[in-house]
Amino acid sequence: MITFMNNSDSEEEPCNERTSLMSAESPPVPSYQDGLQASEAGEVQAHRKRRTGSSRSPNNIADGNMSDSGVPVRESTSENEEEELTLKYGAKHVIMLFVPVTLCMIVVVATIKSVRFYTEKNGQLIYTPFSEDTPSVGQRLLNSVLNTIIMISVIVVMTVFLVLLYKYRCYKFIHGWLILSSLMLLFLFTYIYLGEVLKTYNVAMDYPTLFLVIWNFGAVGMICIHWKGPLQLQQAYLIMISALMALVFIKYLPEWSAWVILGAISIYDLMAVLCPKGPLRMLVETAQERNEPIFPALIYSSAMMWTVGMAKPDTAARGPSQQTWDAAEDGRENHRSPSHADPQMSETRSPVPTRPITSFEELEEEERGVKLGLGDFIFYSVLVGKAAATASGDWNTTLACFVAILIGLCLTLLLLAVFKKALPALPISITFGLVFYFSTDNLVRPFMDTLASHQLYI
Amino acid sequence: AFFWLVSLLLSSLIWFIAVKASDPRDEPLQKGLLIFGVMFSVLLQEAFRFLYYKLLRKAIEGLVALSEDGCSPISIQQMAYVAGVGFGLMSGAFSMINLLADALGPGTVGIHGDSQLYFLTSAFMTMVLIFLHTFWGILFFHGCEHRRWWEIAAVVVMHLAVSGSTFCNPLYVGSLVPSYLLMAAAAAWAYLLSGGSAQNLRRFLLCK
Repeated sequence: MITFMNNSDSEEEPCNERTSLMSAESPPVPSYQDGLQASEAGEVQAHRKRRTGSSRSPNNIADGNMSDSGVPVRESTSENEEEELTLKYGAKHVIMLFVPVTLCMIVVVATIKSVRFYTEKNGQLIYTPFSEDTPSVGQRLLNSVLNTIIMISVIVVMTVFLVLLYKYRCYKFIHGWLILSSLMLLFLFTYIYLGEVLKTYNVAMDYPTLFLVIWNFGAVGMICIHWKGPLQLQQAYLIMISALMALVFIKYLPEWSAWVILGAISIYDLMAVLCPKGPLRMLVETAQERNEPIFPALIYSSAMMWTVGMAKPDTAARGPSQQTWDAAEDGRENHRSPSHADPQMSETRSPVPTRPITSFEELEEEERGVKLGLGDFIFYSVLVGKAAATASGDWNTTLACFVAILIGLCLTLLLLAVFKKALPALPISITFGLVFYFSTDNLVRPFMDTLASHQLYI
Repeated sequence: AFFWLVSLLLSSLIWFIAVKASDPRDEPLQKGLLIFGVMFSVLLQEAFRFLYYKLLRKAIEGLVALSEDGCSPISIQQMAYVAGVGFGLMSGAFSMINLLADALGPGTVGIHGDSQLYFLTSAFMTMVLIFLHTFWGILFFHGCEHRRWWEIAAVVVMHLAVSGSTFCNPLYVGSLVPSYLLMAAAAAWAYLLSGGSAQNLRRFLLCK
């Protein structure tokens, strides 16, 4: 089991993509940051799940789309209106991101609390070779720091590798990598998860049923994520695979290493996205130069597609048309449309050239959903899941971490609206989460326990 | 909610330091420290409510400046209500959730001689606190808006009174009854401040 998991862990590592929120940059195309930190063992399964996180502020996306299609609707808008719209729709985008992040965290916490398997220590990843069962505190600390260094360097190497692949246009390789990665996640991890859940609740399931269920789940998932599918189903699948990844991390990362890794990864995210020579930034810029979508299928998109359907003159079926567009943008590494929102935009442009400007603007704003990379989902859920698993204060700590992460996400989106450029989504939330975890566990818990035992209320 | 959490953090920090610095075997001292911790926490919560008010004020000014017709899409009263609800929910969640988790498991209430109504009274107390936080939010913001310091002082005093009344637990009549009375008073006050009146109420109830 351990070896097996280790092998499959090579797949997990790729999933460590960093997510950064990126707002569209004004000229040609809205680009979104991809956080790639895929650490991959490289040998066995070379698939990499890329979690790209991008979040756009409405105006920028509009700008980008404008230049894309050449319809200068937005350029006429004044600065003031843009800002106001940014703020207005910023709030909507925040809510659109709160719901999936909350769902993912709920799934992870529920699983951790009920299924014993994920809190048992059953070996470690090969990326964290140093054990934490050492007698002294100093030794343990040293081991966790070493583990972190190894993990982060693997991630950096994978990210740089990915950027190089992208730069030299090895699209098939990347595409194959992503497909293999999601295959493993959808089939293998789901099988393990289902097995453990059934064991916990003592439900028997025969192999043919199991095969049927997992086959259907996995096949529909592959189609939805990499090709076409309804938006909500795709979102649901992305949330589920993020939760599965987070659960694997929670199980296989030793305690102190996990916390140090979380901290180190937010610092890495910050540097990789903001430094001029950071791999993620280079990736984004390359994608922008080529006017292409960066990485398919690994960004959570909350775009509201219904306006796309509205724009089409022959609104034969709003449903299918929105699915088509939604799916088309995902999973395609075509060179024609650069971003997730763009395909919709460019496709709507052609059938609707004569729309009045105001509705056009509304159209664009509605279509501009927010995108957040799956790596963000994973690390947020890892933090909350670890809090649920290891904190002795139980639910208070989990709740505090949850609120802290959401507030961090809010702040990040606010900064995105203000700065209008690619931003890392991890640092603020993870910092808040870590601060609140440690302080709640050590300071608030004894206070609340004493209060509760005397039944005092504050 | 976040602001309440931060205030809780700071107050527990203070309490923790005080406890660590004192003798753990001295019972009355511990009890005294606890009371001090509670009072300090109440004051800190109100201070954070004020800070939150300041933050929201700035946000409203920004929204008004950017909006087309000079008024913000969300009024200060709505914000006061939301702030109160946030505070209340966070406070309630922190008070109750561990209790609820324990209530699932096997056990007997009050087996060591404590009150058997522990869960019930905790639930009622939490409920009254959540409502009170909501009303206090409205009252507090209204007082800050119109510069009526006595309203703010009244909110702080009420909060202190409610927390203080819980010291009578497990003599529940001493804590629950005053709290509910205060809640009714605060509800009526907040309702009047938000523009309601006896007439409105009658019209609403008779579905006119």
